Amino acid sequence: MKIAVLLKQVPDTTAKIAVSGDRVDQSSVAKWSTSPYDEYALEYALQLKEAGAGDLVAITCGPDRAAKMLTDAAAVGVDSMLHVVADTTEMDSKQIQSILVAAINHCGADVVLCGKQAADTNSGSTGPGIASLMGAACVGMVSEVAVEGDGFSALRASSMGNERVSVSRPCLFAFDKASTELRRPNVKGIMMAKRKVIETVSTDDLGINLGESQVNIDSHDSPPEKPPGQKFEGADSVHTVVLKLREEANVI
Amino acid sequence: MEITIIAETSGEGLHPVTEQLVGAASSLGGVITVLCPGGVGSNDASVISGVSKVISLQGDCFSSFDSGSWSTVMAPFSQGMVMASSSPSGRELGAQIASKIGAPIVQDITGIEPGYKVTRSVYSGKAVETSSLTAPCVVTLRQNAFEGASGGGSAEVVVVDNSTEVSVAVKEAIAKAGERMDVSDAEIVISGGRGMGEPSNFSQLNEVADVIGAAVGASRAAVDSWDEIPHSMQVGQTGKTVNPTLYIAVGISGAIQHLAGMRSSKYIVAINKDPDAPIFGVADYGIVATWEDALPALKEELGKLS
Ligand SMILES: Cc1cc2nc3c(=O)[nH]c(=O)nc-3n(C[C@H](O)[C@H](O)[C@H](O)COP(=O)(O)OP(=O)(O)OC[C@H]3O[C@@H](n4cnc5c(N)ncnc54)[C@H](O)[C@@H]3O)c2cc1C
Ligand SMILES: Nc1ncnc2c1ncn2[C@@H]1O[C@H](COP(=O)(O)O)[C@@H](O)[C@H]1O
Repeated sequence: MKIAVLLKQVPDTTAKIAVSGDRVDQSSVAKWSTSPYDEYALEYALQLKEAGAGDLVAITCGPDRAAKMLTDAAAVGVDSMLHVVADTTEMDSKQIQSILVAAINHCGADVVLCGKQAADTNSGSTGPGIASLMGAACVGMVSEVAVEGDGFSALRASSMGNERVSVSRPCLFAFDKASTELRRPNVKGIMMAKRKVIETVSTDDLGINLGESQVNIDSHDSPPEKPPGQKFEGADSVHTVVLKLREEANVI
Repeated sequence: MEITIIAETSGEGLHPVTEQLVGAASSLGGVITVLCPGGVGSNDASVISGVSKVISLQGDCFSSFDSGSWSTVMAPFSQGMVMASSSPSGRELGAQIASKIGAPIVQDITGIEPGYKVTRSVYSGKAVETSSLTAPCVVTLRQNAFEGASGGGSAEVVVVDNSTEVSVAVKEAIAKAGERMDVSDAEIVISGGRGMGEPSNFSQLNEVADVIGAAVGASRAAVDSWDEIPHSMQVGQTGKTVNPTLYIAVGISGAIQHLAGMRSSKYIVAINKDPDAPIFGVADYGIVATWEDALPALKEELGKLS
């Protein structure tokens, strides 16, 4: 019985994104980080491991630089790491899911935690897609998960507010922002992590037939520049702005 | 060309984004079928102009949200291009349907052209991606990015009673306490940040919101600092993405992560006492003033409009 957490390395939210030619210029990204929601997935995966739900493996699919993220995860307590070295930037949702499902099966995990949405793709396809391929129960918008008997109890957002739900293995949790504190590595953790070996594989090693991407990216562009706005001094200008909202913008 | 639309519901009826899904599908010239999970809103869907057929799915599994069982029942009816709302449940259901019909999915598109050319925003709004698809495929559409179809249609409603095993059991519903309109649904959003000073001052935002029927949002700094401001109000990269016609930011500096959630708003008004606040860089109309001075004036001026 194993737990897997899926971590994606993305441009840090503070990093500038430049477009060169017709693609985002990956080489100009100043700082790479773990996608924000994945950090919550990692925190709860550690809590499940500590509650005895199984050993924890961190999985990523990405270029060489993504390995650093796995070492960071080892420093806060994951037991093992799997790095599928591949460039996912032009892959469609089916391709990326087939890689990650193969990686999860390779590790023998039947409980998966991931982010609800990666900060680069802004999609939210991977978790539910994987759950479907694994035949696992899928719980999205999760902000808490805990062991409950042989299964798990989770808190997820619903149209009414929140819901507490129960699931049994196999299952997948896609994390929203949670209210818990994220743990930071201590010196001992960092030293231990240095001794842990990352298992590094290719898609061929996993026996995946990727096929062609069915989504062809035509281009990336910088967002359209907005014409410079109008700026007014003082609360007296509220009258003018309200007038403009009605007459220029036509929105009220 | 067939287009299957997954109806988005809100309580016992259709969510207005469903009309926008039909509007977008009609602009492609598709033959449109609307799937109504749990049968909710099937009659309303049948009168949206452009809809050919409504399938009212009645199975027991639809009594609570479970994307696994819902998609199992819905996949066989998901023909051609499948469209859903990019709400959290729409994304989850769309991704599961895509996987069950063996199709790729592109989430949260803001534009679509014949030939399945779609536009979406990536890297937290810092780049725009255009891509081309072929059917079968699944797309989810950002709310308010597409013109809604009008009424006046008369599609046939077919009732299908299929169910399957549910794997997510809902044990307890925890309702939001006296929550106002959701920021993702509103045409006008007024949000407060740390500059509001204290959570009780949000009452002034509520008062302005009441005058113009707006929803009230917040920055992450406000949500993190004050227990009274729930995360469901947060706009931004780790909160909600909103796309209203008017967004009013009050006492919000305009950090890149906040902009990620609101910069696609049609018009942006910023009220901030710091003339150099980055929020002014994206605002169509900026007011350099304290909220203490500006909000009472705003409430009064808006109240004068009829
Ligand atoms: C991974 C990550 C994800 C994040 N996600 C989000 C997110 O989803 N949403 C989000 O909002 N932030 C997010 N943030 C946080 C973001 O970086 C900022 O810290 C946050 O947006 C700041 O909130 P603020 O503008 O309310 O506060 P501040 O930056 O403190 O700004 C307060 C503003 O109020 C003004 N002000 C003060 N007093 C008054 C007054 N009396 N009248 C008028 N104006 C006044 C000040 O001039 C200032 O500009 C994220 C950060 C990270 C690292
Ligand atoms: N290449 C990847 N490697 C590891 N995890 C991933 C990868 N892509 C997506 N994920 C996981 O799936 C989540 C949703 O991604 P997305 O569907 O791209 O929005 C992310 O938050 C990650 O947890």
